Amino acid sequence: MSSIPSPIPVLSPLRMQRHPRAVVVLTVALLFAGGGLMMHAESQIQVLGLLAAFLAVFAIADRTPLGQDVSAICSDYSGFANAVAFVCALGLIVVFHGEHYTLLMLATVALFSTACIALNLQLAFAGIANFAGAAFFVLGSYTAAVMTAYAGIPHLMILVVSGIVTGAIGVILLLPVLRTRGHYAALVTIAFGLLLRSLLEVNDTLGGPQGMKIKGFSIFGLDFNRISSIGPWDVSFYLPYAVLSICIFAVAFTLIRRIERSWIGIALDTVRSDETAASVFGLSIARWKVVAFLIGNAVIGVAGAVYGMMNGFVTPNGSGLGDSLLMLSIIVLGGLGNFWGAVVAAMVILVIPEKLQAIQEFRLLIFALLVLGILLFRPSGILPRPIRDLSRFIGRPGADA
Amino acid sequence: MDIGILAQQLFNGLMLGVIYAMIAVGFSLFFGVLDVIKFSHGDVVTVGAFSSLGAAGIAGGLVALPPVLALASGIAAAVAIGALAGVIIGRVLVLPLRHAPGVNVLLATLMAGTVLREAIRLGVPNGGNPKPFPALLPGGAIKAGSFSVGIDSVMILAAGLLLVLGTHLLITRTRFGLAIRAVAQDGEVARLSGIDFHAVVLGTFALGSALAAFAGCMLGLYYREINFNMGVLLGIIGFASAVVGGLGSMLGPIIGGFLFAGVQTLVVVALPISSAYKDVIAFAVIIILIAIFPTGLIAERRSERV
Repeated sequence: MSSIPSPIPVLSPLRMQRHPRAVVVLTVALLFAGGGLMMHAESQIQVLGLLAAFLAVFAIADRTPLGQDVSAICSDYSGFANAVAFVCALGLIVVFHGEHYTLLMLATVALFSTACIALNLQLAFAGIANFAGAAFFVLGSYTAAVMTAYAGIPHLMILVVSGIVTGAIGVILLLPVLRTRGHYAALVTIAFGLLLRSLLEVNDTLGGPQGMKIKGFSIFGLDFNRISSIGPWDVSFYLPYAVLSICIFAVAFTLIRRIERSWIGIALDTVRSDETAASVFGLSIARWKVVAFLIGNAVIGVAGAVYGMMNGFVTPNGSGLGDSLLMLSIIVLGGLGNFWGAVVAAMVILVIPEKLQAIQEFRLLIFALLVLGILLFRPSGILPRPIRDLSRFIGRPGADA
Repeated sequence: MDIGILAQQLFNGLMLGVIYAMIAVGFSLFFGVLDVIKFSHGDVVTVGAFSSLGAAGIAGGLVALPPVLALASGIAAAVAIGALAGVIIGRVLVLPLRHAPGVNVLLATLMAGTVLREAIRLGVPNGGNPKPFPALLPGGAIKAGSFSVGIDSVMILAAGLLLVLGTHLLITRTRFGLAIRAVAQDGEVARLSGIDFHAVVLGTFALGSALAAFAGCMLGLYYREINFNMGVLLGIIGFASAVVGGLGSMLGPIIGGFLFAGVQTLVVVALPISSAYKDVIAFAVIIILIAIFPTGLIAERRSERV
């Protein structure tokens, strides 16, 4: 970490190093407060102002020594920062406990972020381009719909089954790809997305274009859709879903971060960056690609199942190529491989069009142009994934968290 | 089944096949010269269809030209604007990104396709809805028992076959074709032997995109209706045809195109269930074929340096 003297005396690097955890708490809390305001904001001016503020924060974090120090501290204490973020997210739920729309937004962002970090596992770590993210998401919802309608198993099990179904279908899909090289995964996943969408639209047992109804989530006899108060407080029935979504995000985040930081992550990095070298070192390319694709799709399926239960219905509409591209633009905007970047990008991409009605119509065009600009001028995304640096294990044992 | 209806379906299959082949040839060309997949190709088809509609509409409606001239201006506009779109995408996106990871190029061209699609939807008046396409080819039909095809369809089929053949001759017999093949073989060596690399690459993009735009114009003439998002499916079908036939060869995508159309037609003819399943089954067949022939039916001749 740099120790350039900062002109601002209150937050001088020395001071910050003495109380690193306070810095982390402050930073994360501030970011979440901004995010919460963004989801809650009613007027377009407020939204634009917050967007500008976010851009300013990123510019500061990127360009000034103070910002670089703060982000360095946050990444040194990343485990602590993630825990603080979890608490802050729960705090947002408490603040907005009665507001249907804000909680729905919050849960949606959490679930899409979950799907996007799963896509990150596939694309950024293993190098498999999955252009059917939305299809697997909707597939998770359909599994939940069929399960709640025809099988009397506990809903927590249904989430597991949704993950297994989407994971298994993903692996079947990947098998032909493993015999090939290059862009075939892209073709196969795009073809699968189109195939699934046409199948869902013409298939009457799955409801055709109208889709299916899904029963709400219930756990231990507690029906999420019936909850209207906790103790003396009136709460929105979206509140339990928001808590569930954030917990699922936390589990997926921890799981995939663990994978990244383990030897599996190193194997995935090797397979992605040079298949020939990886196989020379005895790594099975097929195995690691299957592992990443399986886990990623299973996570997407679980997120989709919760999303379907929260909305109460699912239609083939969300499974098209457009929505899959939206998911990919989230991870490209957030920076390939950067999980919190994906969360920020998910918030921007999902919330801004809802708030700014003027751009609703131009949404896809704007995002496509934005992604093009980033690919051309800043290919690693707004918040690039830091290069894996194993030297710090030698210098400071135990610093990684 | 009645022989006449069977012949009619066969004819429909050939029609579709030639259109798919024209799109697929573009994928194979781009992959040959730069090893990239240009996924905005399907939307270039749509651009071609809409430019020909615009030009033919203006020529036929405002200036009141006879249908032949309206048709000619429609085709000219499709080919010119399609080629221009191809060159712009090649120049702005594909050439600068050619050393980036393959996924970046893929994503960039997919996004370029989205831009084209959305620009048509938002830019053309009432662009979100299907647009009727004027009937510019002579009417009338050839009949034999229960077999009946429109003269316009025969003309479209003939034009398509001629164009595919012409492209083949261009690649194999002309100096430009020789340059394309040289760049496809080894860009560096081609440059050393005095070939203008950028010009050849952009020329290839113009050629492939013009073919796709012409296919879009033909689709409009055949179905009499075009839609802003018709390119998504056509692009994927074209790419699938090229892959199944063998990327990097000239004959492969043509075979692949007819194969894909054959499967679709066969599903409609043979299965009693709704023809809506034709895409589902066609894509399933593609996925299975990739599993069986990983490098396509006509395998690419290349060795890998390890």
